[in-house]
Amino acid sequence: MTYSAKLIDHYENPRNVGALDKGDPTVGTGLVGAPACGDVMKLQIKVGRDGVIEDAKFKTFGCGSAIASSSLATEWIKGKSIDEAETIKNTDIAQQLSLPPVKIHCSVLAEDAIKAAIRDYREKNGQAAAPAAEAAAR
Amino acid sequence: MPMPVYMDYNATAPMRPEAIEAMLSASNVVGNPSSVHRFGRLARRLVEDARDKVAAMAGATAAQVVFTGSGTEANNLAILGSGRPRLLASAVEHDSVLKARGAETVPVDRQGRLDLAALEASLRRDGRPALVAVMLANNETGVIQPVAEAARIAHAHGALLLCDAVQAAGRLPIDLRALGADLLSLSAHKLGGPKGAGALVVADQVPLSALLTGGGQERGRRAGTENLAGIAGFGAAAGLADRGIADQPRLARLRDRLEAGLARLGGDIAVLGRDAARLANTSAIALPGLAAERLVIALDLAGIAVSAGAACSSGKLRPSTVATAMGLDPATAAAAIRISLGWQTADTDIDRFLEAWTPLALKRAHADMKAEPAA
Amino acid sequence: MNANSKPSEAMNSTTDFRGKNAPAEPIYLDYQATTPTDPRVVDAMLPYFTQKFGNPHSRNHAHGWDAEAAVENARRQVASIIKADEREVVFTSGATESNNLAIKGVMRFHKDRRNHMITLVTEHKCVLDSARHLEMEGVDVTYLPVQQNGLVDLAVLKAAITDKTALVSIMAVNNEIGVIQPLAEIGKICRERGVHFHTDAAQAVGKIPLDVNAMNIDLMSISGHKVYGPKGIGALYVRRKPRVRLEALIHGGGQERGLRSGTLPTPLCVGLGEACAIAEREMAAEAERLRYLRDRLLKGISDALPETYVNGDLEQRIPGNLNISFAYVEGEGLMMGIKNLAVSSGSACTSASREPSYVLRALGVEEELAHTSLRFGFGRFTTEQDIDIAVENVVSAVRRLRSMSPLWEMAQEGIDIKSIKWAEH
Repeated sequence: MTYSAKLIDHYENPRNVGALDKGDPTVGTGLVGAPACGDVMKLQIKVGRDGVIEDAKFKTFGCGSAIASSSLATEWIKGKSIDEAETIKNTDIAQQLSLPPVKIHCSVLAEDAIKAAIRDYREKNGQAAAPAAEAAAR
Repeated sequence: MPMPVYMDYNATAPMRPEAIEAMLSASNVVGNPSSVHRFGRLARRLVEDARDKVAAMAGATAAQVVFTGSGTEANNLAILGSGRPRLLASAVEHDSVLKARGAETVPVDRQGRLDLAALEASLRRDGRPALVAVMLANNETGVIQPVAEAARIAHAHGALLLCDAVQAAGRLPIDLRALGADLLSLSAHKLGGPKGAGALVVADQVPLSALLTGGGQERGRRAGTENLAGIAGFGAAAGLADRGIADQPRLARLRDRLEAGLARLGGDIAVLGRDAARLANTSAIALPGLAAERLVIALDLAGIAVSAGAACSSGKLRPSTVATAMGLDPATAAAAIRISLGWQTADTDIDRFLEAWTPLALKRAHADMKAEPAA
Repeated sequence: MNANSKPSEAMNSTTDFRGKNAPAEPIYLDYQATTPTDPRVVDAMLPYFTQKFGNPHSRNHAHGWDAEAAVENARRQVASIIKADEREVVFTSGATESNNLAIKGVMRFHKDRRNHMITLVTEHKCVLDSARHLEMEGVDVTYLPVQQNGLVDLAVLKAAITDKTALVSIMAVNNEIGVIQPLAEIGKICRERGVHFHTDAAQAVGKIPLDVNAMNIDLMSISGHKVYGPKGIGALYVRRKPRVRLEALIHGGGQERGLRSGTLPTPLCVGLGEACAIAEREMAAEAERLRYLRDRLLKGISDALPETYVNGDLEQRIPGNLNISFAYVEGEGLMMGIKNLAVSSGSACTSASREPSYVLRALGVEEELAHTSLRFGFGRFTTEQDIDIAVENVVSAVRRLRSMSPLWEMAQEGIDIKSIKWAEH
């Protein structure tokens, strides 16, 4: 199995590693995956009043593709509104990193992590999910 | 003693320098082809490059090639793995076909060619799903079999066809599809590759269960860490198959010179399969009354290596089953020796052979004369 | 190196497997997947590629005799390292074939009267797969568990043997965790109960002393490329007295006393023989050197990194193997971080799949920890410098990956990972 230069770059120089304060009401946290399955992603977003993601952080337990997928995800969602971020698809991530077929699940996990963080943020702030975005995600 | 002359290419051929080189450099590749790290990937690439070359030689795709430990294993895998309850084999097949499991044999004519009418009749008589085994070229006589015709007949009766191309590879062009074979076996060491590597080519959609199970190598059809150096050597030799094929006219000329020379030296020399299409490198001859074993030993003392019958079964000498199947009388069958030439054989080797043969032929003639009055 | 032999030119052009401190040449630490071929072995094989190319079964000319003599000499060398008689050694294409032949061959021969066999859950895939095939043919198979240290419980083995048991197949040394099973004790139990004892010794030959008579071993599988010999060759030891009977898998020319048809690859047989002869001479000294390297590797890692765990018994183990779990760091991700080192996570045959190693699971290692394990395999050509570089690389990669692991973060915060409801995916 050979990896793309882009993937290796994200693995070796991951963007936005770290943590945000979970207790902060403007922070949404998504935790997806399972240790027994070999990958866990924690992705956090800090959302401004205008609904724009000001900051994003992640930590990932998993293979290189999982680490790169989550790194890329945080890079992409920063500066986007949460509604826009929600439309990011795993296939976009897989394509950008040229993931080999056996690693597609890593991009799925990254998409799940973005959605989970947004859901957490909305729950904290008493918002229901935007119906259109929810439908698009299915 | 002068340089020995090797004329037993159908037993095994000297390795091509390119194959040796490929093996040596593969011997220094550390990885296990199943490992995912760099060493493993390098080893994997060697295996896949070789697979491409073997596939090209057989007119097959790389995915159709299953590497095995020998031609014998390839035949066993085809026969035992095809799951067909019935094995129909030409009477002149190699032991690795005839003994893989109980086989019903189909006769050959006096030239050693498969009797196609008998094959058809046998398939019609018994409707069980069959595997028909027909070799492309015979190891003892070099006689070329009508494989494509046999395949058409087999397919018309729902049977699969196994073509043992071990002796043909590197001597005849092979095309899996043109032959109509469902399974085709190959061996590296008969075409200038190493011993310990063979392949079974499996046409698409032909189901095959493994003989050796384990780590799932070769797409689950043959477990075991790949014989890296052996496979690399096999690939290199297969890559030179065209060169071997191009050498056939030269070998035919040498072989014809040899046979003509022997005829001139007298005795009623029988050339097995003389009137059939034969491999250019093979000559099976018999000088009735002179036992093959004595002939082989006498030639060996003169520095010439030939063989009696097939070289397989740990030296036990018995009348050639091939000669017997061709309907030759027991005296001729017991006298048949095999001379097989190859890429290193030169004109001077033929001279040496004829030189060594002369006293043998004379002695035979002398014995005949002495025997005459008593008869 | 033998002064009389010519080292090949081809050899000089290829990469040096010993590894140097340069990123272009990774350090090979995967000796359980395959060992580099010893240059002395290659030298011994060389003449048989070129001038001595005869078919060893051509008994009626000199080319064949040379080859036959070489094969028989190799057979003696293989027999010697396991204290067997050379007539008891059958050459095969490798340990996978040997295991298939031993297990399927014995059971197919005996199954009309005794159709039960016993093996371990931690055996190599080819043993387990052979057993599964036999199950489809109506053979009863008992898969014994192992203890937490990876070793079979002898009392459990004893209890599993019945009047119908024809074969016990227990590996000598495990390929993932390097633990050595109590062969002599198993052999004694089997002999007392009149059951054949087969052992897959692919990882053991040349690493630990083996004696088929003292250990009451009836069949033993041997691999060429795990003992610094070539790939594509192996052997099966088959006891003559009392005779072990088995059915052949590959039929044809009747070579190897009918047990294994097919032309023998003379150079490969010579290579395996030479590899065994070298190992027999050097085993004791080599084991001592490797034990030193092993201790150095283990100390370097465990001094620097908390929460690392050695899988499998550390005492009953070949010195050239360490299997370590690095909690909170996923093994494949870790491998990518130490790409200067060629190691494996799990067995070479299964590392492409996502299942954690079945061997580690059998020891009771939890799934999340099994995902964090790496196998370090080292041997004849591993240097102290290699080990030091390995320690340095592993320690820094684990530290980096832990700093970005959500599980490590939780552990530091005192959160029990098991208390979280994880989604299956």
